[in-house]
Amino acid sequence: MYAYDELDRTIVNERVSEFRDQVARRLSGELTEDEFKSLRLMNGVYLQLHAYMLRIAIPYGTLSSKQLRALAHVARKYDRGYGHFTTRQNIQYNWIKLAELPDALADLAKVGIHGMQTSGNCIRNVTSDQWAGVAPGEVEDPRIWAEILRQYSTLHPEFSFLPRKFKFAITASDHDRAAIKVHDIGLRIHRNAAGESGFEVLVGGGLGRTPFIAKTINEFVSHRDILSYVEAILRVYNQYGRRDNIYKARIKILVHELGIEKFKQEVEEEWVQMRDGALALDAAEVEDIRSRFFYPKYEKLSDTPDELKKALQNPNFEAWYKNSVAAHKAPGYGIVTLSLKPVGGPPGDATAEQMDEIADLAEKYSFGEIRVGHEQNLALPHVARRDLPALWRALDKIGVATPNVNLVTDIIACPGLDYCSLANARSIPIAQEITRRFANHDTANLIGRLHVNISGCINACGHHHVGHIGILGVEKNGEEFYQITIGGRADENAVLGHLVGPAVPFDQVADVIEDIVEAYLALRQRPDELFVDAVKRLGVEPFKERVYATR
Amino acid sequence: MPLVKGNTVVADDYVHLADDAELPADGAVLITAERFLADPEAALSRKDKTGVIWPNNRDVDDLLPHLDRLAAVALVFPVFRDGRAYTQARLLRERFKFRGELRAIGQVLRDQFVFMLRAGFDAFEVKKQSDADAFANVAKRYSVFYQPTGDGRITAFHRRLMHLPEGVRS
Repeated sequence: MYAYDELDRTIVNERVSEFRDQVARRLSGELTEDEFKSLRLMNGVYLQLHAYMLRIAIPYGTLSSKQLRALAHVARKYDRGYGHFTTRQNIQYNWIKLAELPDALADLAKVGIHGMQTSGNCIRNVTSDQWAGVAPGEVEDPRIWAEILRQYSTLHPEFSFLPRKFKFAITASDHDRAAIKVHDIGLRIHRNAAGESGFEVLVGGGLGRTPFIAKTINEFVSHRDILSYVEAILRVYNQYGRRDNIYKARIKILVHELGIEKFKQEVEEEWVQMRDGALALDAAEVEDIRSRFFYPKYEKLSDTPDELKKALQNPNFEAWYKNSVAAHKAPGYGIVTLSLKPVGGPPGDATAEQMDEIADLAEKYSFGEIRVGHEQNLALPHVARRDLPALWRALDKIGVATPNVNLVTDIIACPGLDYCSLANARSIPIAQEITRRFANHDTANLIGRLHVNISGCINACGHHHVGHIGILGVEKNGEEFYQITIGGRADENAVLGHLVGPAVPFDQVADVIEDIVEAYLALRQRPDELFVDAVKRLGVEPFKERVYATR
Repeated sequence: MPLVKGNTVVADDYVHLADDAELPADGAVLITAERFLADPEAALSRKDKTGVIWPNNRDVDDLLPHLDRLAAVALVFPVFRDGRAYTQARLLRERFKFRGELRAIGQVLRDQFVFMLRAGFDAFEVKKQSDADAFANVAKRYSVFYQPTGDGRITAFHRRLMHLPEGVRS
């Protein structure tokens, strides 16, 4: 956990006061909607189908129990009793009144959270591995750097009006849980030959209308130089990024049009002139940020306590344990993922009651810390393995112990046409239907790791391009159709999925997914060959045949 | 268009000169980049102040040879969400050490003042009278800043390292 000090809190409070003034000017008509739009977006406020939507940042996905309770409070007091966790480690509320937004933000400011830069053409909420700081084998805690970037990017005077939105993600593990290759800038912390840790910098990844996998612009940038290096990238982008066409304004298009070599040359020409300036980081600065992260004092505990051995005789517990508990860097502890994907539920939603209960359980079992992952699930990062049975019983009571993490029913989905004014098709009902089809845990378990991602429009908030199975809603003659891709992935081997064939109507989507999964079960070489690996080996054809032979 | 300089609304002593108007011998003028670059000597040899209106899609490097003789550079915000001029401003101030007037023109609204001040602007042709009147208050809205820029304000990083008393932290 990072502890905000008076300076951090002052900025958040000053921002709330500025926004209160902006809302008042909008309500009095002094600001036009066009002028207000950019300002409200930079505070996370959208105008959606039914109401204003408020998006709150959860920097690098780390929350305290106190903060989660404040999120529950906002859901209860200003919204309809629930919130929606998104793929950007944010939470969204869908039903907040414009006049009450400043009060909701002021309530959140008391615990150091805010809606700053969760939208708009600025640097967005910096995301990271939701297991950062606790995953075994990590080079270092990437959240130190995510926090440095958060501070660097908050209210940046040069980069608050970029050509388009700008997203950072950062990881320090071999296995990339932060999807850095589909971000505007992805940072991978690794060690060079001399054993020094630094950053591989990737640039120009992104999904949406024109998806690209990010390209490496520099294999190794040192700790000292990382801020000046990203500033050089942003400066080149701010000057030369396209502003004539909103669909071509992301940095991925600039990188693509110039080519990575030429782009790199531009960036490094800029960098040479500023790398020794005020952005050069010294060890004291980094140490100061590191010192304000709280790390639990772990006890020396057994990895196989009696409580756990006994509980494993219960098949329900065993199924959950196998699926939801990951290895921890500290012996005797585990990282527990809480599934927000119950059968038949909207992916990523949590009620105020669930949030309050999870906050209490985090205090009791996880040193008061909660994580939000881009898969729209939560995690408790420091649970003693002896406490797992008690925790499981408590989680099960509130409906967040579905043992489906990473299985076919752990679906990532955007809100789609049910909430979003951009969407062309519904996402949530598709997700709900698929979870019903694969509700049997044994079947889902037999299928193994399989990521289904659903987007209700080309903007790809559900990251459908990088789903093992991706589902994209489109509109044809007033009806909802869905394009299906397979073979995508968002990890360290990120690749975009391939289209299986013509789009299918709403009521056939779940059938098609079942066909694809059946084809996979028949075609896989071994039970442990993942779906996505089978697609890589076999290509699209055998799946296409299976799906369209009877349609 | 009200002009704000030094935190207050002031009379604008510059005239925006149309490209087909004759360059006057006296009086402060702002002329377009094309006109300026066509004959910099004619513009700079006047005895009164000359400033240039620099578009936001043109490299400020082209101004470098003339900067020490230019009294003002006006950078353009065609709409307030087009932020290229922030980069130009920082380059002029921080890299090229331009010390003349750096003026923001175009759609200049109160919600950008803090960003503009931090990027190095010191004169503002403000679109709305009410925004111009609010300038001094808006400029004070933020008291803590994270990023180091040429405006010289101490960043949060450095305030922390100056060892504020423990009580300030939580």
